[in-house]
Amino acid sequence: MTEFGLRLAISLTQIAAVMGVVVVTVLILTLAERKVLGWMQDRMGPMEVGPYGILQPFADAIKLFFKEDIIPAGANKFLFTVAPILCLIPAFIGFAVIPWGPNQTFEVDGITVRPFVISDINIGILYILAFASLGAYGIILGGWASNSKYSLLGGLRSAAQIISYELNVGLSIVGVLILAGSLSLVKITEAQTGGFWNWYLFALPAPQIFAFVVYVISSVAETNRVPFDLPEAESELVAGFFTEYSGLRFAFFFLAEYANMVLVSCVAAALFLGGWNAPYPGTIMALIGLPSVAWVENTMWFAVKTYSFLFLFFWLRATLPRLRYDQLMRFGWKVMLPIALGNIVVTSLAVFFYQQMK
Amino acid sequence: MSQLFFGYFAGMIAMTSILVVALRNPVYSALSLLVMFFHVAGLFITLHAEFLAAVQIIVYCGAILVLYLFVVMLLNVKQDDRYHSQWRIAAIVCVPLVIEAIVLLAGGGGTMVSSRNAEPHDPVVTDNTLAIGQTLFSTYLFPFEVASLVLLVAMIGAIVLAKRDIGESDA
Repeated sequence: MTEFGLRLAISLTQIAAVMGVVVVTVLILTLAERKVLGWMQDRMGPMEVGPYGILQPFADAIKLFFKEDIIPAGANKFLFTVAPILCLIPAFIGFAVIPWGPNQTFEVDGITVRPFVISDINIGILYILAFASLGAYGIILGGWASNSKYSLLGGLRSAAQIISYELNVGLSIVGVLILAGSLSLVKITEAQTGGFWNWYLFALPAPQIFAFVVYVISSVAETNRVPFDLPEAESELVAGFFTEYSGLRFAFFFLAEYANMVLVSCVAAALFLGGWNAPYPGTIMALIGLPSVAWVENTMWFAVKTYSFLFLFFWLRATLPRLRYDQLMRFGWKVMLPIALGNIVVTSLAVFFYQQMK
Repeated sequence: MSQLFFGYFAGMIAMTSILVVALRNPVYSALSLLVMFFHVAGLFITLHAEFLAAVQIIVYCGAILVLYLFVVMLLNVKQDDRYHSQWRIAAIVCVPLVIEAIVLLAGGGGTMVSSRNAEPHDPVVTDNTLAIGQTLFSTYLFPFEVASLVLLVAMIGAIVLAKRDIGESDA
């Protein structure tokens, strides 16, 4: 039983560490988004709380925490309460299979510990997709339970949008799965070691550039970010599905949106950009004779890739106007879907002939 | 341990399935269907069929049920009693179910044991996803293609029906 207890303690520590990293990233993101938007629009961004406004996220969190929690009259109390939690859990649960660093192990009392991945399950990427698709329920139910027409319209829009673009996300990664021959994120990342020319974005025989573009656009749509933020279009729907929410429940929706952004960025980095692999073969740490700390370099590369994606989210928000609803649907079904399907055909053919030639 | 898990999943599946038809509010019905799909996925996991479990959640919970909810919310049928208390149809449905239950209870014991002994291969050893892919595209290729054709026909049928409505309203 002590062995079981030790395993449990190790797993809980890992989970707590990952949760901590994600929540800290979300805190950084809320400030970074306002700062980046500010600079792009020739403003300063938040400057009041702390030096250069770096304590702004804490001020925001404290404010949301102490706000009055209002449940509107006529709302369905049960679903109104459950919806933000239903939104938050799928956003966080996906991080369990993300490989944060090299797949090394060490032993504690005869138990092998893999410090950089909580759980390496053989359907890793499907697990993430499955739970990402559940995030829609929080939004739809939140919109419906609020008993407000704006919320309901926001929720329905989000349902249609998430279904349409989730399909594209799923299809765009099929090319990578064909190349890697595995669904486990750890194995997919390991297959891309040895320089940026081995990343699936550029790798022969079938560079996944088109699939990558489809993935990025679709994941922006799936996280309801600008220019695809129709579920919360201010000019039409007040605030969309969370119009009636306040205080901590609103904070849950907010946290879920940002955690989803981090999650899709991590997946993009792991699938297309080699995950924790450096863009050159091996690591500098190993070259200068410190192979035991090479994981620092690898995790840093993972962070760099993830944060570049997150920057892309802000960049898009500062640059693009919102799509109209019919444009959104036409773009998803008539442009993205054929590209993703074509990519699968081309990749399969390329891999087949490549293996024949070998 | 596995018996315990099976009992939990099976019990929850039975209970939530009853709730789907018993609850008055269609949104709650859809939600109990969601819980049921989850537990079916759990059953797949106890059988070491992780791929099926993930696909179960992606397809049924992530896509089909969202569309159900979509329709239910748009129709907003809160207290529609037209579909309740249809005892005649319920009786007709119950007759084959009762016969099936009797047949299963009468002759089920022997076949259960024999099928467990005749397990073709251990699914834990082989890669689950690989095994499904290979079986689907070799042994069951023809049924697989037929099923996809049937789905295609259904899709075209739905589009034809929807388009006819649009044509009439234009004219």
